[in-house]
Amino acid sequence: MAITREDVLHVAALARLELTEDEIVRLTEQLSDILAAVGKVSELDLSDVPPTSHPLAVVNVLRPDEPSPSLPLEDVFANAPDREGEFFRVPPTGATEESSA
Amino acid sequence: MLDTLRLTAEEAQGLLERGEVSGGELRDAYRAAIEARDEELHCFLTLVDGDDNDGVPIALKDVISTKGVRTTAGSKILDDYVPVFDSTVASRCKAAGLQLLGKTNTDEFAMGSSTENSAYGPSRNPWDPERVPGGSGGGSAAAVAAGLAPWALGSDTGGSIKQPAALCGNVGLRPTYGTVSRYGIVAFASSLDQVGPVTKTVRDNALLYGIISGRDEYDSTTVDVPAVELPDAQDLKGLRVGIPRELNEAEGIEPGVTVAVRRAIDLCSELGADVGECELPRSVEYGLACYYLIAPAEASSNLARYDGVRYGLRVPADNYYEMVARTRDAGFGAEPKRRIMLGTYALSAGYYEAYYGQAQKVRTVISREFADAFERFDVLLSPTSPTVAFRIGEKAENPLAMYLADVLTIPPNMAGLPGMSIPCGLSEGLPVGLQLIGAQFSENMLFRTGHALEQAIGFDTVPERLR
Repeated sequence: MAITREDVLHVAALARLELTEDEIVRLTEQLSDILAAVGKVSELDLSDVPPTSHPLAVVNVLRPDEPSPSLPLEDVFANAPDREGEFFRVPPTGATEESSA
Repeated sequence: MLDTLRLTAEEAQGLLERGEVSGGELRDAYRAAIEARDEELHCFLTLVDGDDNDGVPIALKDVISTKGVRTTAGSKILDDYVPVFDSTVASRCKAAGLQLLGKTNTDEFAMGSSTENSAYGPSRNPWDPERVPGGSGGGSAAAVAAGLAPWALGSDTGGSIKQPAALCGNVGLRPTYGTVSRYGIVAFASSLDQVGPVTKTVRDNALLYGIISGRDEYDSTTVDVPAVELPDAQDLKGLRVGIPRELNEAEGIEPGVTVAVRRAIDLCSELGADVGECELPRSVEYGLACYYLIAPAEASSNLARYDGVRYGLRVPADNYYEMVARTRDAGFGAEPKRRIMLGTYALSAGYYEAYYGQAQKVRTVISREFADAFERFDVLLSPTSPTVAFRIGEKAENPLAMYLADVLTIPPNMAGLPGMSIPCGLSEGLPVGLQLIGAQFSENMLFRTGHALEQAIGFDTVPERLR
């Protein structure tokens, strides 16, 4: 399955990665090779086989709905790049061509 | 002076209990070894100068969160990240009195088979420093092999405990999925990640597994586990050993590896086991493809949290979207980017069914094939790695060639099965690992089998050049 440059740009936008030109070129080739290899899974007719999302047969592990202490605010912000009071400060989200995709 | 190259954790524990050595003296001995050899081997990313504990020292792979101690996951995006909490496995080690020596090197976000993908440079194999120690947990395996730590913890998703153990000549256990808490482990692929012990001996491995395993209320995918039985039997009477054809004859297995593994299989018969053949018709052929769809898909979701907002690297920009996208491009190395892209593609609209959906069905096929094999056998044997340690740089430019390193460790992982690698011989002077695969929750059988074989094989875990 050949991946096009457009595919790579589309996926990069979904994954929030601003790739360099070098990376776009290299990834287009590498991803095509890898997808060809992993695409092997479609050789098998598995229409009667249920999917496995979890290797253990564990179901709905619940606990009583009782509040308990959570992380203190000082810990929450301990690694914050930019903090203002009880908020993480980030640049404005103002719409650009990419972000409205 | 203590010989840290030979000392097992069990022996260290005995010395402490009899008062023949103090916790401080133990720490000093390992720090001296690290000083002497780690500049060359680069096993450690962060060293800890001392903590409140006095027990046997331990090293932890740098994907394991340690409160107050830098945890990078081998990535620049977490270069200055200091967790405000302990992972469950770290707190269980603390509660057992173990002293933290430091955090070991890893392929970035545990993605790799050589530790060459670490943003901080590769670790080197103590048997031959021009060669890789394996990955992603190469730092832990190399540290134990070189006497820089008596034991360590690693994590295994596609083989990242087992394969480095094979390449470095020590014992690595990837436990049954759900037996060890993933709370506080930097997540790669949540349906596959498991933390496990990296040790010199099988008994040490059982001891450490006993410390870290068991249900954790902070990880709802964990379950109760059977009590650990420390192995001491020297025979394998009554054990049904299966040799899966496809795992033992896969393309790319070096002849020297086959010879060493074959010798170990013959030993099983001598020790009283019943040895027979079995087949895994599609698990090996389709295992790699299945893994390299499911793991990157889960990774693309797990790595979405690294956005420069709350912790880790932030690259400044005028708007939010650019800040996130630039931070991620600057902070992630090539392999995480590749896998995030692959995973995002496999999960995207229009492709989900054909790729991720289909891979989940292949996963069911693999689980069923192993379950069938375990109707007739207690343990399955194969090489852990198709090759002995390869040269640094040899596979680094070719992602697909690197992925093939996991061809034998991946199939049991897809089925949530426990697997242990023990050293079974040398080929060209480099260690060969034997993979023992059990049914879910059969860790005690693995310890018993591994221990008996280990005694019979008599492999010297100290690298020749360090003796």
